[in-house]
Amino acid sequence: MADLAIRLRGVVKRYGAITAVDGLDLDVPEGTCVGLLGPNGAGKSTTMRLLTAQAIADEGELEVLGFRLPDESKQARAQLGVSPQLDNLDVTLTVEQNLLVFAHLYRIGRAERRDAIERALVMAKLTDRRDSRVDKLSGGMRRRLLIARALVHRPRLVLLDEPTVGLDPQVRQELWALIDALRSEGTTILMSTHYIEEAQRLADTVLIMSHGKAVASGSPAALVTEHAGSAVLEVYGPPTRLVEVEAQAGAAGLRTRRTGTSVSILGVDGDNGLRIDGERRPANLEDVFVLLTGEEIG
Amino acid sequence: MSLANSSRAPRLGRFERSALTGVLVREIVNFSSYWRSATFSSTVEPTIYLLAFGFGFGSLVSRIGGYDYVQFVGTGTVATAVLFSSAFPAMFGTFVKYQFQRTYDAILAAPVDTEELVTAEALWIATRAGVYGCVPMVVAIAFGLDPAWGMLTVPLIAWVAGFGWACFGIAVAGYAKSIENFSYVVSAVLTPLFLVAGTFFPLDKLPGWAQFLGNINPLHHCVELVRHAAFGWDGWTDVARLGALVVFGALVWRVAIHAMTRKLID
Repeated sequence: MADLAIRLRGVVKRYGAITAVDGLDLDVPEGTCVGLLGPNGAGKSTTMRLLTAQAIADEGELEVLGFRLPDESKQARAQLGVSPQLDNLDVTLTVEQNLLVFAHLYRIGRAERRDAIERALVMAKLTDRRDSRVDKLSGGMRRRLLIARALVHRPRLVLLDEPTVGLDPQVRQELWALIDALRSEGTTILMSTHYIEEAQRLADTVLIMSHGKAVASGSPAALVTEHAGSAVLEVYGPPTRLVEVEAQAGAAGLRTRRTGTSVSILGVDGDNGLRIDGERRPANLEDVFVLLTGEEIG
Repeated sequence: MSLANSSRAPRLGRFERSALTGVLVREIVNFSSYWRSATFSSTVEPTIYLLAFGFGFGSLVSRIGGYDYVQFVGTGTVATAVLFSSAFPAMFGTFVKYQFQRTYDAILAAPVDTEELVTAEALWIATRAGVYGCVPMVVAIAFGLDPAWGMLTVPLIAWVAGFGWACFGIAVAGYAKSIENFSYVVSAVLTPLFLVAGTFFPLDKLPGWAQFLGNINPLHHCVELVRHAAFGWDGWTDVARLGALVVFGALVWRVAIHAMTRKLID
């Protein structure tokens, strides 16, 4: 079995009366990409902060790259890159200056500094914007810079907290390409997201979080097959019709979920005697998520 | 570069030069984008005090405590410049960096601990205060203050005092719930200390309580040290005054670290 880049056992983090992380177990094997999937408030960002010891767990064991937290967190952080959810670039500095500052913070020696900055610029496709001030960049460029800044010291493990939140679909695609390139280089990635598609495309393993707990984990495909079957029947209609459909499906022993203007009937893989017209579609992670947590996402 | 085998690298220490350097580099690079405004506010304001009091009051009171009034104020406002270029930037800068820019979140995700972060920030502000603190004295020299060898120690005095006030400002920012809370500190702490520092009038003619306040006021010791650097040392008393500044710096340094740890680490 591969070494674990991250190993959490029974981790609890409380803020007053609120338990943000509630007995979380998490394994991130080296060289894989693990996605933390959950709605806002599920405890994803708190988990990220625990991993850099910017939050200290109340209970449980945490190991990052073989270092025990919080005592050895500084060593772990030296080999860790973090791209936070909220942009904290120095906006009055240029792209290159931002990278230079982090090359120093991550203790890259003088001899390697130039190369490290160039490599990060290439990776973020910002070579021709190196002298632009950050406040002159587009949202997508800033996000790429934020990720490149986390990679300047070639970390063994990268934490990406909601890497594409608030971006246009096309810009999101660019970032996915960047993350995918990183993955194929063998960098271990822990990524939090509330975008189903993002988790499905990038993650080898998805951990579904709800109310600070892991409710399921596995490869996206395995999770879907295990919990939602392979096919879903999506039925549209007026609210009264949808109520009838739910009743019929329930009578046939099938599970349903409401998706706005429709009812999704899950696990309609074979013929189960259901005579309802609707659109068949493959089951997805969102179905799994709603089934397991009862919450909508995204 | 191979990081794969470095997971058992030597244990990183508690206070590391490379961590301090990293934070300082960030400040220095940033300074290149705002040095004009920082220099303006840190030097023009004390200079205005110097000119207004020196020539305004100076026309009524020509000599005070054995000194020419312009020279008395010229040396005294060094402490004002130190205060304005350390406590205030520390308060506002720290608050902005953790609350609005979230800079400290980014730095603490790197191998830098809160203790190192606070120390480096205070060192940086102290260095600026050491330089800006000399401005009123240089202006006073232009208005007739005689240069003296002792003045070469003024940057150091300003640096030590600036470190303490920087830590004071960082601590205030660390405990403040909102930036509006700063007005309490400015009105209730900084303004009184600024006035009973012996900058504009000597304290030895004041009632006992005011003299007592003066003696526990680090700013007063800074004023006296600068004056003695310009006009002649006062032996062990000055050593004690420097000691007081060092103790003040050391105490608020720890308080600032405590305040910021509470603020930055959940």
